[in-house]
Amino acid sequence: MVRPGTPTPRQALLLLAFAALAAIAAFMTLGARGNWDFVLPFRGTKVAVMVLVAYSIAVSTVLFQTVTGNRILTPAIMGFDSLYVLIQSCAVFLLGSTNVAMIDHRLRFAGEVAGMVAFSVVLYGTIFSRSRRDLHLLILVGIVFGIFFRSLANFLQRLIDPAEFAFLQDRFFASFNSVESDLLATAALLVAAVSIVAWRIMHSFDVLALGRERSISLGVDHRRMVTIVLVLVAVLVSVSTALVGPITFFGLLVANLAYLAVPSGKHRFVLPAAVLLAVIALVGGQTILERIFAFDTNLRIIIEFLGGIVFISLVVQGKTR
Amino acid sequence: MTKFLLAAAGVGSLAVLSLFVGATHLSPATLLAAGPESEAMRVLLASRIPRTIAVILSGMAMGVSGLIMQLIVRNHFVEPGTAGTVESASLGILLATLLAPGIDLIGKMMVAALCALAGTALFLVILSRIPLRSALLVPLIGLMLGGIFDSVTTFFAYRYDLLQSLNAWTTGDFSGVLRGRYELLWIAFGLTAAAYLAADRFTVAGMGRAFTTNLGMNYRRAMSFGLIIVSMSTAVVVATVGTIPFLGLIVPNLVSMGVGDNARRAVPWVALGSAAFVLVCDLIGRTVRHPYEIPVGTIVGVVGSALFLYLLLRKGASDG
Repeated sequence: MVRPGTPTPRQALLLLAFAALAAIAAFMTLGARGNWDFVLPFRGTKVAVMVLVAYSIAVSTVLFQTVTGNRILTPAIMGFDSLYVLIQSCAVFLLGSTNVAMIDHRLRFAGEVAGMVAFSVVLYGTIFSRSRRDLHLLILVGIVFGIFFRSLANFLQRLIDPAEFAFLQDRFFASFNSVESDLLATAALLVAAVSIVAWRIMHSFDVLALGRERSISLGVDHRRMVTIVLVLVAVLVSVSTALVGPITFFGLLVANLAYLAVPSGKHRFVLPAAVLLAVIALVGGQTILERIFAFDTNLRIIIEFLGGIVFISLVVQGKTR
Repeated sequence: MTKFLLAAAGVGSLAVLSLFVGATHLSPATLLAAGPESEAMRVLLASRIPRTIAVILSGMAMGVSGLIMQLIVRNHFVEPGTAGTVESASLGILLATLLAPGIDLIGKMMVAALCALAGTALFLVILSRIPLRSALLVPLIGLMLGGIFDSVTTFFAYRYDLLQSLNAWTTGDFSGVLRGRYELLWIAFGLTAAAYLAADRFTVAGMGRAFTTNLGMNYRRAMSFGLIIVSMSTAVVVATVGTIPFLGLIVPNLVSMGVGDNARRAVPWVALGSAAFVLVCDLIGRTVRHPYEIPVGTIVGVVGSALFLYLLLRKGASDG
């Protein structure tokens, strides 16, 4: 696999780690005037949010692609994050924003994640096991589910009154600037728990990537593993969506860049590479946003723009399957 | 033919029903009792009739555009919304608003149509360069291209504080349709009629370049004609009522299950089916929260996607 002249996976990872650290350093220091006691914690929280989001999106996308055996899928295209938005809208619609606001928001977040996990495992588990052979159908169903959830959420948002809608809107479009620190801590805890599970079954991912039949013949309980991965993905997607809102193509972008950057199919290398690339893109992007565009736009807009272009050019060059 | 007439009668009665639903109470009896100068008559002429016509015309235009796109791209999962056409048309409207604030609706629409044409052409260029063209890649690339256009639009809208009016365009809504505000949609009707007349060309073009040239037909010309029809119709509909998602995807697919892929046969059915579909969705939008309204774009999204999912999964079940 390794061609002469290209770096080994380890070297590539080292390079990426260096670039990620440089991006974080640039973000922390560039244009900082005034008291460091204020600047460092303030920017530090933002970096923590971005790293957490980068991690969640990168890992969830790579694992999702492994399970579905397809490199142009992302949980976002399959409607995962619109499902999360729908669950939130349903909660406000059924309980009312005052009631929802009164629940401790760590508890609320945990509840939302639980709902998301339960629903997505039932839904996607059924679809995956049923139409495993027909990938076209699978993707189309996923996309349509995404549209369905989004329209349904939109419909509910029209039915609730405008004040409650403003409350909801606030929740979907939280930016990196306005994350409450206790939500951040809860999210970090969840991600840590998920990571421990993922770490313990790391060896199975490479086998899963070979496809259903082969992984079964290699002794993997495929159905169980797929369910576990789906749960992990659902938790990670909820975390990132709760923190900064849906970002469609970002996971697709970093996962595919990771496959290109690391000349190895092993998850041991691909997962960290994707995470590092995501950190570079998010932190670097936010630095550019704050220093060049002076906050005059939204990071998601830039990511969608660049992500779309990079991805289309990858497809045109035939670098993706 | 009798089936078609029956269906047309069904759409006609939906249209009549649409005339009598809305915030102001209006029934045939009150209308007859009141004179031609009455308030009820004014509501009917200035609001209800234009609205119903707008619903029918834009439904037909989007449905037939979807069918043409599916033929020329040779993929059943493509429509103006999954090929970047809608997004580039919206970008055009935004550009026209920003660069020439005093421009009238026709001017805006022309700019939107040009942008839609450019955007869709770009989509086709990208498609022609993909080495391994699978059915699932085509709509994915269209969605991504749409995402890129959309991010450019949002970028400028954000900078110039136009996000709210942008939202108004991107959700299809007939509540603002009044006499004098919808007449451009007749252009879309003209384009739909042209699509019917040229239908055989699209059927042939859908067989591929070599086949088309073999039959002695100009492939490029057929493609460009289809593109122009799709872009213009989309631009007109987006400029006057906003986007109606999903319509061009679901109705042509339903029709092709029933009558096959021959465009000449399919176009009338698609036009009729789309009109009926939008009429029903608009009626739902007007009654669910009476006297308030839910935009038709939202209803079409919910009903359309649910229907499409049902079809897909039922078909999938029978496949294995």
